[in-house]
Amino acid sequence: MVAEVKTEREFLTTASLRLWLNRLGPFLGLALVILTFALLTDSPAQYLSGRNLRIVLSQTVIVAIGAIGMTMIIISGGIDLSVGSTIALASVVTALGIRGGWPPGMAVLAGIVMGGVVGLVNGLAITRLRVIPFIATLGMLGIARGVAKWLADQQTVNVPQTWVNELAVTFPAQTWMLVAPGVWVSVVLAILVSIVLRNTVFGRRVFALGSNEAATRACGVPTDRLKVWIYALAGLLFGLSGVMQMSRLRQGDPTVAIGTELDIIAAVVIGGGSLSGGEGSILGSMIGALIMAFLRNGSQQMGWPNYIQEIIIGAIIVIAVAIDRLRSSRA
Amino acid sequence: MFVLQLSGISKRFGPTVALNGVELQLRKGEVHALIGENGAGKSTLMNILAGAIQPDSGKMVLDGCDYAALSPLDARRHGIALIHQELSLCPHLSVAENILMGIEPAHLGWLDREACHRRALEVLENFGHPEMRPETRVMDLPIAARQVVEISRAIAARASIILMDEPTSSLQRADVERLFALIKRLRKDVISVIYISHFLEEIREIADSFTVLRDGRSVSTGPLHSTTNEELVAQMVGRPVEYLFPKRPLPPEDGEVLIEARDISAPPALKNASFELRRGEILGIAGLMGSGRTEMVRAIFGLDPPQSGTLTLRSKSFSAQVGTPALRIHQSIGYLSEDRKGEGLALALSIADNITFTRFRSCSRWGWLNLKQQRNQAAGWIEQLRVKARTPLQQTRDLSGGNQQKVAIARLLHQDVDVLLLDEPTRGIDIGSKVQIYETIAECAAHNKAVLMVSSYLPELFGMCDRLAVMSRGQLSAALPTAEWTPESVMERAIGAEQTIKTQETADSRQQTE
Repeated sequence: MVAEVKTEREFLTTASLRLWLNRLGPFLGLALVILTFALLTDSPAQYLSGRNLRIVLSQTVIVAIGAIGMTMIIISGGIDLSVGSTIALASVVTALGIRGGWPPGMAVLAGIVMGGVVGLVNGLAITRLRVIPFIATLGMLGIARGVAKWLADQQTVNVPQTWVNELAVTFPAQTWMLVAPGVWVSVVLAILVSIVLRNTVFGRRVFALGSNEAATRACGVPTDRLKVWIYALAGLLFGLSGVMQMSRLRQGDPTVAIGTELDIIAAVVIGGGSLSGGEGSILGSMIGALIMAFLRNGSQQMGWPNYIQEIIIGAIIVIAVAIDRLRSSRA
Repeated sequence: MFVLQLSGISKRFGPTVALNGVELQLRKGEVHALIGENGAGKSTLMNILAGAIQPDSGKMVLDGCDYAALSPLDARRHGIALIHQELSLCPHLSVAENILMGIEPAHLGWLDREACHRRALEVLENFGHPEMRPETRVMDLPIAARQVVEISRAIAARASIILMDEPTSSLQRADVERLFALIKRLRKDVISVIYISHFLEEIREIADSFTVLRDGRSVSTGPLHSTTNEELVAQMVGRPVEYLFPKRPLPPEDGEVLIEARDISAPPALKNASFELRRGEILGIAGLMGSGRTEMVRAIFGLDPPQSGTLTLRSKSFSAQVGTPALRIHQSIGYLSEDRKGEGLALALSIADNITFTRFRSCSRWGWLNLKQQRNQAAGWIEQLRVKARTPLQQTRDLSGGNQQKVAIARLLHQDVDVLLLDEPTRGIDIGSKVQIYETIAECAAHNKAVLMVSSYLPELFGMCDRLAVMSRGQLSAALPTAEWTPESVMERAIGAEQTIKTQETADSRQQTE
């Protein structure tokens, strides 16, 4: 009722203020993290060097590409817990392809498609079997991991040297690339998906679905089909994440990336995504992924043990969301 | 002449017959009221028209052609749009995106933002709202403006028939006025409206003709101007409404004062409210929504402790600031929330759990529940209040609104309190349940309990209460015998002196009539 007293103009100014805070928030967080470590470390020059930046960026690739897909899912009001397993599965499939003598491009494609298939199955389970996303993808978390181990015969799959191994390398052989090809791939995909979410009917319907599913359905949008598409497309991205994982390890490992889905979800949430749907942005999620990567990297530089990193990152997630709640309740 | 004709529409859900041979005729550009008790089949009929469900049998003719909507999209293509009880917009999206949802102008999936903006603006301008900006996010709009968006959405889809399912249930009076202005504009554009509402006064104000549904049948239809409210209600209930309210003996003049409230203040909502409540009496609290009635009851029950004030319970005085709901229950006070779904009942739990919740010790020993005893106790109340339920173990969610409310009241009865604080005990429930609840309340008073009843529905206050007090902007009038009030004087008091007679009338017509 207080809201009704406000004039339309007041509504608009508070609204645009909030929008800007939402947009700037993640950037401020990132700047804060970098600044803090630059002050803490003995050698700020080294921490802020291009070399270290390249290390951080290449470490971010897997989470960043995953976060692009996860952002779509979370905006639509869904969740996907099977990402870590999907990454492992896709990495195994890619490695098996290369080891089996396929052209590397084909093996990469197979890895990506594998991810898409997992997403498709998730989408079908959610829409056809009416299982809520949390449960459907929790099941898939086990299934995909199991299939990965089965295909790999419970071993790591070693691969001969091909260009695929260079995708996520920290210092690429072609120095003109500056950073790993995987970083460029992430950047291009992030821009592409941002545009798709902003400028296509599909993208706006993803937002609509997360904002009010019943209304979206009542407007004649085929929501079930839309969901299947979202999970399948995100799955393709998770598959690509798996390819990057394989490239980084230079082998397909069915036990890799356990818990990575939580890092990815954290990146999206830190970046302003709302688990109740309707909110989130690719840019925010990318910043979220970078915040976590800089935290990890900074902690390593400080020589802090692993458990400290885990505690800090856990706290950051809660703080980020708490700040978000505070902002939206004040506005 | 008729834009839509329904004949013999039937629909079953399992063993329940929801619709049984419904007939309805809708003229071009008319507002047609669809009335009936809860559970009469209104919503089912709307959902069939909107393509959300398919009828088992029957014939629908739209503009002279057979019509059968297989999906909401299909219905939208045929020019039928449904506006839900709860506003169904996407709060995160812009006004333009909401208006054009499902029919976004696009080239090969690429959104044409220019065209979106232009088309939305066009619709808004045609509809007389050029001040609304298509790029505003819906969550930043006040409620009334959101309704404009929703109706604009129907117009953008070139709807020739708009179905409105209790569109005013969440609106303030001023917003209702605005909605009616919108509907009148629709009528001018020869768009037909099927309008569902519980408020007969509202229907009189806006509708041209009506169809009454009862138990899934269409029992009468015709122009509104030649039908009285009494006739409509009689058609809805299936019997004349002579004795809606039970006859009650006068309460004893010198009954023991069970609870006395002095100067309860919780600024800004509530200023110095005082009253006393005696055994065997029913005290009514009238007033507009948001006038501080609910705040007063919550303050007394310890839900939102007030800033100052004293309570006297059985001649023991203490500060009203001290207290929690647990303490009040211990002091033999019971509270019925106005928000049944939000805080009244645990809908996912069984009826038995809900009824015994505030007095588990009646069916437990040392923390162990005797489930059989609990079930039997609940079954007793179910029978006494004639709750329509299969078993006490049924989820409360499965019940109709009226039966849920009976469960909420059964809890107070089971609690066996002396003082009952009832906030809107009959809001939004069907007449059958209302009558049952009136009888129950009267019985409580007859058993020497004290009842405080907050209501927006004047006839029920006049029909039930011994004394009435009126809340106006946080100030509670003195409680006078009901006979000394008239509906006019209550409204005058509720609105406050400086308001004009005009607003008085509109507020009056807002009162729920059934």
